[in-house]
Amino acid sequence: MKAVLLGATRGMGRALAQQLAARGEQLFLLGRSPDELAASAKDLELRGAQGSVGYAACDLLEPDGFAAALDAADTALDGFDTVVVTAGLFGTQEELEADTAAAGRVLLANFTHTVMLCEEARKRLLARGGGTLCVFSSVAGDRGRKSVVLYGSSKAGLSHYLEGLDHRYREQGLITICVKPGFVKTGMTEGLTPPPFAGETEAVAQRVIRALERGTPMLYAPGIWRWIMLVIQHLPRRVMRRVGF
Amino acid sequence: MHETSPTRPSRGSPSENRSGGAPSEHCLVPLSGWGRSTVVWARERSGEDLEQVTRDVVLCRGLGRSYGDAALPAREGEAIASTIRANRLLAFDPDAGVLRAEAGFSIHELVRFFLPRGWFAPVSPGTQFVTLGGAIAADVHGKAHHQQGCFGRHLRKLRMRVGDGSIVECSRDQHPELFRATQGGMGLTGHILDAEFQLERLPSPWIEQEVEICPDLHTLMGRLREAGDEWPFTVSWVDGFARGRNFGRGVVVKGRWARAEDAPPTPPPERFRPAVPFEMPSGLLNESTGRLFYEFYYRMQRRGRRVVHPAPFFYPLDSIRHWNRLYGSRGFTQYQCVLPEGDDIAGAQQIFEQLQREHAIPFLAVVKDFGAEGEGMLSFPRSGLTLALDIPIDRDRTQVIVDQLNERVIAHGGRIYLAKDAFTREVHFRAMEPRLADWTRVREKWDPEHRIRSALAVRLLGDEA
Ligand SMILES: Cc1cc2nc3c(=O)[nH]c(=O)nc-3n(C[C@H](O)[C@H](O)[C@H](O)COP(=O)(O)OP(=O)(O)OC[C@H]3O[C@@H](n4cnc5c(N)ncnc54)[C@H](O)[C@@H]3O)c2cc1C
Ligand SMILES: NC(=O)c1ccc[n+]([C@@H]2O[C@H](COP(=O)([O-])OP(=O)(O)OC[C@H]3O[C@@H](n4cnc5c(N)ncnc54)[C@H](OP(=O)(O)O)[C@@H]3O)[C@@H](O)[C@H]2O)c1
Repeated sequence: MKAVLLGATRGMGRALAQQLAARGEQLFLLGRSPDELAASAKDLELRGAQGSVGYAACDLLEPDGFAAALDAADTALDGFDTVVVTAGLFGTQEELEADTAAAGRVLLANFTHTVMLCEEARKRLLARGGGTLCVFSSVAGDRGRKSVVLYGSSKAGLSHYLEGLDHRYREQGLITICVKPGFVKTGMTEGLTPPPFAGETEAVAQRVIRALERGTPMLYAPGIWRWIMLVIQHLPRRVMRRVGF
Repeated sequence: MHETSPTRPSRGSPSENRSGGAPSEHCLVPLSGWGRSTVVWARERSGEDLEQVTRDVVLCRGLGRSYGDAALPAREGEAIASTIRANRLLAFDPDAGVLRAEAGFSIHELVRFFLPRGWFAPVSPGTQFVTLGGAIAADVHGKAHHQQGCFGRHLRKLRMRVGDGSIVECSRDQHPELFRATQGGMGLTGHILDAEFQLERLPSPWIEQEVEICPDLHTLMGRLREAGDEWPFTVSWVDGFARGRNFGRGVVVKGRWARAEDAPPTPPPERFRPAVPFEMPSGLLNESTGRLFYEFYYRMQRRGRRVVHPAPFFYPLDSIRHWNRLYGSRGFTQYQCVLPEGDDIAGAQQIFEQLQREHAIPFLAVVKDFGAEGEGMLSFPRSGLTLALDIPIDRDRTQVIVDQLNERVIAHGGRIYLAKDAFTREVHFRAMEPRLADWTRVREKWDPEHRIRSALAVRLLGDEA
């Protein structure tokens, strides 16, 4: 595998990259902080990534840089076959309601810009006959919920896009994987009260690796969220309106 | 995977700290040790950047595998730093086998990433779910103590944040007293940010194991000692329930890394680890179930020599996740002491007899011989026999029993292991630790105001509550 990762410096992306490195995959990192990228690249090399792990600047809030970043990855890896996007922004509903500019950034980064990045990746992958595009959306995008109206809608749009892309291009060899994490203990959820079944990054990474191997188009991680979301998706509106969830 | 240690649903309102955002007040969460007996409501800061999260915290906490209050803050509401997300490797010299990693890197990860490449931890405790920081702070020992010493012996350098907030490096050449006081110092001399240590190179990633079944305590202890001359890894498990002629029966487990020609050609596979899904009723582990279990266990043992997977050899208890829930809501304590060479066998016998008399029979009883004391100023091991005894909490009786055991250990000139302890009193601890004065001088020098403190320091060192 020759994989480009955006968001591998921390959280689930880090755990995933570490496990890919242990398998001896060839990796290239994209991100916004050169120091963090350098430190992660070193860590991944020591964990067994094949060859040296390169990196290039790429900020989800600056879409003008996407093409150049992917080109840098392409050159370093001599043609990547996998693109993984775990970067994303979060804000609680209260935070985002209080600050419209912050809400705008979350919506832009998680939907518009992530889609723009995927489009750049899609073109490159299709041009070489296909590959895998694996993007982290969220369970928050499955249903309109009081606690995640804004963040959830950015992820709903993203999930929608990813499903469509998979339907449209799988036959041409482009496999699109939409990962929907439930509550996982990372910097993103730092300080929030974890639910009893809060997940760990390592377990998520293991599931995602299996999905990459099999080309699973959509998965919940940790797995229990599949059942939780099955229930939530079927709750009638009047019940959803009443629960604070 | 790292199941982190016990937390129950939290109290207080959630607060926000987003990626990139400034940390604000965290909600209170109940923290406890692996024995789940003492609980302190605290704020737990966590993050990939240890330099950032260790600012203004009273203590670091790793994977919470210490049993008592070593990784708990002194007071309710205080902030501690969880190190587990700071797990980067910083440098590795494959010729010398020297690894530098952040404090939250765990032995579990080390096994996973380095065992297939022919390297292993120089010293590994009975669980792989410990962080590098926790292994240093407790100066952990393993099955090879009689040959390899504690973790600290293989440590070369530390980078830490000390009491005044500054960051210093220490080693045998640089601030050697801080280096020695931190090994076994239970996090009280500073927050370890990263560490450099020596790995062990292996002939193969498999273990050659030999199991010997011993009919009574004296045979067992004798065989354990003898085995140590020949085998690098030795340990014994004692059936604390057996009486009469079977008193102290058990198994001695011996091992060494298998030679490449004796090992299977493939690396050891990942193993599925089922979990205890929820807290069991507190009385589940009692004398009758214990006796039954041991009868079964004793009969199930396969004596003789064979090549085995390293995980069940080093970490038999890790095969069931959350096994501490078996002890129910009251939890349990592990009493681990060392009895100095000489009359250590007699001392061990008295302890087992006493626990039978008190009907506080340890569900798990591990006996191991230690080699010589290391350089860690407060580290636990010294030459002699160590007993590790898991005892379910029984209201006020547990305190009485630990007091009695401590008096016996003091009479024998022994001491207890802080990483396991939850009940020892300050007077008893002082009586066991003539080394405390030297260690305290180092702590006072680096942190006169005791900005770094823990519940354990309040209980045993007289820190202000
Ligand atoms: C099943 C089981 C078997 C065990 N077997 C053994 C054994 O065979 N031998 C043995 O020696 N021990 C054994 N232990 C105990 C265990 O190895 C120690 O308690 C170890 O310290 C746990 O590491 P942790 O990361 O969970 O640390 P925690 O329990 O979270 O913390 C332990 C101590 O380390 C300090 N600490 C943690 N991180 C840092 C840091 N970055 N900087 C400064 N201080 C820090 C804490 O403040 C605390 O005082 C066992 C424990 C279990 C549960
Ligand atoms: N954690 C959860 O419970 C949860 C639940 C559902 C969905 N998700 C989704 O899962 C994904 C991963 O989440 P996580 O919890 O692992 O997050 P995390 O720990 O906060 O890590 C986020 C990663 O994204 C990078 N990043 C953030 N903003 C960026 C930007 N503007 N440009 C480029 N990179 C940026 C960060 O890099 P830096 O090092 O530069 O900060 C970091 O590597 C996200 O898409 C998130 O929405 C998470």
